[in-house]
Amino acid sequence: MARRELARMSLDATGAREISLTIPVAPDMEIVATAQAAAVGEFIEMPRDKIDEVKLALVEACINAFEHAQARDDRVHLTFRVGRDEDAREFLEVDVLDQGKGFDQASVETPSTEKTFSGRQKRGWGLQIIRSLMDSVAITSDEEGTRIRMRKYK
Amino acid sequence: MSEVCKVAAERRGDVAVLSTDGYINNQGGEEIARQAYVQLESGARALVLNLEKTRIVNSIGISILIEVLEKVMDRKGKLAFCGLTPTIDKTFRIMGLAQYAAIYPTEAEAVRAVSP
Repeated sequence: MARRELARMSLDATGAREISLTIPVAPDMEIVATAQAAAVGEFIEMPRDKIDEVKLALVEACINAFEHAQARDDRVHLTFRVGRDEDAREFLEVDVLDQGKGFDQASVETPSTEKTFSGRQKRGWGLQIIRSLMDSVAITSDEEGTRIRMRKYK
Repeated sequence: MSEVCKVAAERRGDVAVLSTDGYINNQGGEEIARQAYVQLESGARALVLNLEKTRIVNSIGISILIEVLEKVMDRKGKLAFCGLTPTIDKTFRIMGLAQYAAIYPTEAEAVRAVSP
């Protein structure tokens, strides 16, 4: 597959096990990011359903950055990384970084089905979906920006 | 770049089947809602959403699907989903959609289940 081959060449050529991608804050750009995630996932022969989970988590992270970050450079910076943990488990890790205003994680209201279906809060599920679909998620945020680092094991 | 979600509608008596093809984001969700409301206004009593050709539904798209579901419930109608990928199925369960709408593996099963 062409995109898998492209990912292989990019990963092998750099010697490092990561690929960087910068996307503008613009409609549908999250789909560009998912194409790269799929290529890297296919490179390590991650099952398709797990790649789909990474893609959706990535979509949600990008949408959050697009809608809330107010990035100074109008960009979202992505790093796709493959590796193995101390137990030799292979993983795909994605960093989603924006140079925006940051947010206070403690102030993010946890969504609930009850609120969603009573009409009070239909949005706000992004972080919950990311945490549910990925194996580990680490968020750092301050006035310089936000980084979501999320990992999925093969 | 634009990822347009195509939505096709087909009527089976009182049941309208909406089949999607592509990424369901806000635009895709709005198109599904538009076609669903057309079907409801023209007498459909139940909706089946076949997502067999969709691999990603983002949370904005799902929030619009919830609005469609609420409208169907207000009318005492039924709505069922079919053809979900495991990821979409999981996401629907995370957001609670599966508590209010049934999910079936195939379109035939979904249509049979919601037929008045």
